Amino acid sequence: MSVITIIAILKCAMDYETIIGLEVHAQLLTKSKMFCRCSADYASAPPNTHVCPVCLGMPGVLPTINQQAVEYTVMTALALNCTISDYTKFDRKNYPYPDLMKGYQISQYDAPFGHHGWLTIEVDGEKRRVGITRVHLEEDVAKLIHRTFPGGESYSLVDVNRAGVPLMEIVGEPDLRSPEEARQYLIKLRSILQYLVVSTGNMEEGSFRCDANISIRPENSPDSLAKVEVKNMNSFKAVYRALEYEAERQRKTAVEGKKLFQETRGWVEERGITVAQRSKEYAHDYRYFPEPDLAPLVLNREWVEEIRSKLPELPEARRNRFVAEYNLPFYDANLLVSSKAMADYFEDCVKTEEYRKLPQDRGAKEVSNWLLGEVSRIMNANNIEIDGFRARISPEWLVELLVLDSQGDVSTATAKSALEEMFATGKQAADIIAQRGLSQISDTEVIEREVMAAIRNNAQAVADYRAGKKQSLKFLVGQVMRATRGRANPRLVNELLEKKLEEG
Amino acid sequence: MIINQLTIHEAHRLLETRQLSSVELTKACLERINQTEPRVRALVVITEELALRQAQKADQLIAEGDTHPLTGIPVIIKDNMCTKGIPTTCSSRMLENFVPPYDATVVEKLNGCGAVIMGKANMDEFAMGSSTEHSAFFPTHNPWDLTRVPGGSSGGSAVAVAAGETIYALGSDTGGSIRQPAGFCSVTGLKPTYGRVSRYGLVAFASSLDQIGPLTKDVADCAIVLNAIAGYDSRDSTSVPEQTPDYTQCLTADLNGLSIGVPKEYFVEGMQAEVETAMRAAINKLEELGARVEWEVSLPHTPYALAAYYIIAPSEAMANLARYDGVKYGFSYTDTDSMWEALEKTRQFGFGDEVKRRIMLGTYALSAGYYDAWYLKAQKVRTLIRQEFDQAFEKYDALVTPTSPTVPFKIGEKVDDPLQMYLSDVCTLPINIAGLPAISIPAGFADGLPIGMQIIGKPFGEETILKIAYAYEQATEWHKRRAGI
Repeated sequence: MSVITIIAILKCAMDYETIIGLEVHAQLLTKSKMFCRCSADYASAPPNTHVCPVCLGMPGVLPTINQQAVEYTVMTALALNCTISDYTKFDRKNYPYPDLMKGYQISQYDAPFGHHGWLTIEVDGEKRRVGITRVHLEEDVAKLIHRTFPGGESYSLVDVNRAGVPLMEIVGEPDLRSPEEARQYLIKLRSILQYLVVSTGNMEEGSFRCDANISIRPENSPDSLAKVEVKNMNSFKAVYRALEYEAERQRKTAVEGKKLFQETRGWVEERGITVAQRSKEYAHDYRYFPEPDLAPLVLNREWVEEIRSKLPELPEARRNRFVAEYNLPFYDANLLVSSKAMADYFEDCVKTEEYRKLPQDRGAKEVSNWLLGEVSRIMNANNIEIDGFRARISPEWLVELLVLDSQGDVSTATAKSALEEMFATGKQAADIIAQRGLSQISDTEVIEREVMAAIRNNAQAVADYRAGKKQSLKFLVGQVMRATRGRANPRLVNELLEKKLEEG
Repeated sequence: MIINQLTIHEAHRLLETRQLSSVELTKACLERINQTEPRVRALVVITEELALRQAQKADQLIAEGDTHPLTGIPVIIKDNMCTKGIPTTCSSRMLENFVPPYDATVVEKLNGCGAVIMGKANMDEFAMGSSTEHSAFFPTHNPWDLTRVPGGSSGGSAVAVAAGETIYALGSDTGGSIRQPAGFCSVTGLKPTYGRVSRYGLVAFASSLDQIGPLTKDVADCAIVLNAIAGYDSRDSTSVPEQTPDYTQCLTADLNGLSIGVPKEYFVEGMQAEVETAMRAAINKLEELGARVEWEVSLPHTPYALAAYYIIAPSEAMANLARYDGVKYGFSYTDTDSMWEALEKTRQFGFGDEVKRRIMLGTYALSAGYYDAWYLKAQKVRTLIRQEFDQAFEKYDALVTPTSPTVPFKIGEKVDDPLQMYLSDVCTLPINIAGLPAISIPAGFADGLPIGMQIIGKPFGEETILKIAYAYEQATEWHKRRAGI
């Protein structure tokens, strides 16, 4: 065997570890912008209507700090177990681009609000702590809209509504080892922001954005190969797919013995690939320096502790409470709390009057099963979140349906189809069931009549049963169900049939 | 009585007693502008119509009994303060056609007092310069000698006051831009403490150094204008949330009990002998008026102020001027399909050489690998200079220096030698570095050319320096001399 062959074999055998770190930008849910009084709620506003001299970067204007944004950032940093800086300041990040009104972005360089934090994720039942490098505050930039004239010439439009909206940046440590871990990290981070009500966390609308740094390193080696920044991922799914693609691309390149470059790559959703954007070797020199228009901030310890004491219940605590208080399985509770809105819906169900009519020992589990099962299926099929579902079906209405089901008024199959119809028509469960004649027959007299008919008309099956072929009972039950168009209470049918057959 | 030569307090008395109307006063100033402007060229915009309208309104206010000291008094505003609906050019091609949609806080305040805005004053482009020769439009001439510079960058404001085109003016001071031209034109110019006057609407040159202040014919006027423009502004986070005193209350002629220090480092090499002589005479006068004078105070870090200033100011300017990209307002180069070429050419043709020089200085000082050696070190020097002043003010109520080492120089003399030009601010720069208040008042003449004296105060110690300036002024006649133009 030649040396070259041996090296080739060794190369193929070498395994690589994936190293991922995520940078998340989240728009804060403040009423006004970061440094002026314009409304930050621009999503549905016509272009360039939420603007003033300050966010337009007119000559002579000055920024003033939005205190609410500072509070939200400190809340987030605390929830992410960060150390809060006593002394913090804003800096100017200088680079020219038409979406940047002042030619610099007011951001934070070396004194972020929070640093050295962490959050925990669970992958395959295993808990992992992921480091948070820093949490800082900055301003969003304007939106560029690129257009083409019919002649083919391209041009760009600038919408300044978004410029100056408070933007919180959360930089994670490169502690993630797989695209799945990255996905779990994002889900966890978003749910924390939602629990704090500081951001909508909506990735599709761009209020929650994620860039990733990904590299691979030979196992047992301390050094990773070239670090690649991946941008342009507009959904959780896109992040997962892009990272999966990129890890594989890097591994393949390395195995083939080719050089990996430190670069920025963009995710192209339609093609499912990443493409090189610009080389990091020519990265901007941002010439950061302290923002002279804003005095440094000294955060009062007592104020920080007050914010800490007012932090709302966070996902992990809520999950533990769900397990303890409602006796839910850990896994189910975890799924419920990962979306604050879903967990809220669950608890709203449990608080209804109707809920008391559900069996005490398994009522909560029943609600949880429906939310994670049928309700989630309807949400997925209609591409909506739980809030969209709530707009059609309130917790009261859902529980009403569950009560009908558990009391045996309708069969479970009927209840499921009724839920579909409730969602489609906006009608209440009882109405739908009454209208369709779907309510279950629990009248013993009615069922007994059909049972006797079945026994009369199916002598062979009755003989078989009596001869010891117990599965003949199923056939007879089927006959009764058919005769009642599925509306007979199956439990009662079984009971009565057995009784009548025994009686001979 | 030459109406346009009146001070604010003189004119106010006449308006109040109806011996003069604001319209008459305004017309007298407009007439004077017609007379002198072709020779001095202090103004880039003359707002005649607006001025007459405001004067009429002021007369009405006065008739109704509203008698603020500035009601109906003509003012000229340096062209780097935003005026709603009136061009604000910063004497730059870049903003030649820029009309702001809003008023600077100081303009809002003056309008609230019933002021009469006569026009906007020429300046060094974006306030970068010491002679008003760096205006993109035309240089301004010193009324005491038309072949000489008026100083800068608030040269237009100083000349408008010195030539009697206005009763008072507003200027801005980043490294001496109010005091040096005040000294060169023999008017009174005050740079307040950093944070005393709102910068909102002042087109930024160097944000941590810029401050707006009055240029007036005497010290009492200076106090009146400061009363009107000082105070906290929620739109400027660097303005100080403190009550402002009534500055006219401190104007007494008695200096007993005050101690004044004379820092020897300000009597620099290359200082003109006549300036030094005039300064010594002026300081003797302060002693005569009751002040205790210490002649040999040392502020050893003074020589580093200029270097630190020319790192810090250009660094901030580099960022402040980044917004002029030809997209939103101002000059725009459009003869290209490339966004980057448009940006480059807009700035190439929109900015003058001095502005570009400072943008490059600032870009260099902040570049990766140079930050610690330049910007950070300059900030450390700044801290040392501040501390040095703090220590001096433990012993002295005020410090006195020449405003400038020379009398006004010839137009064209230093314009091609940036270093020489920068040196003309050597006595005024350190005060901005430390954020202190300082006033320049007329203190003599050499061959008919003005000499200014600078009085420096503690942070928010404007009252003390106004008091010293007032006492000196009352005991001398320099401020009464008028340029023979």
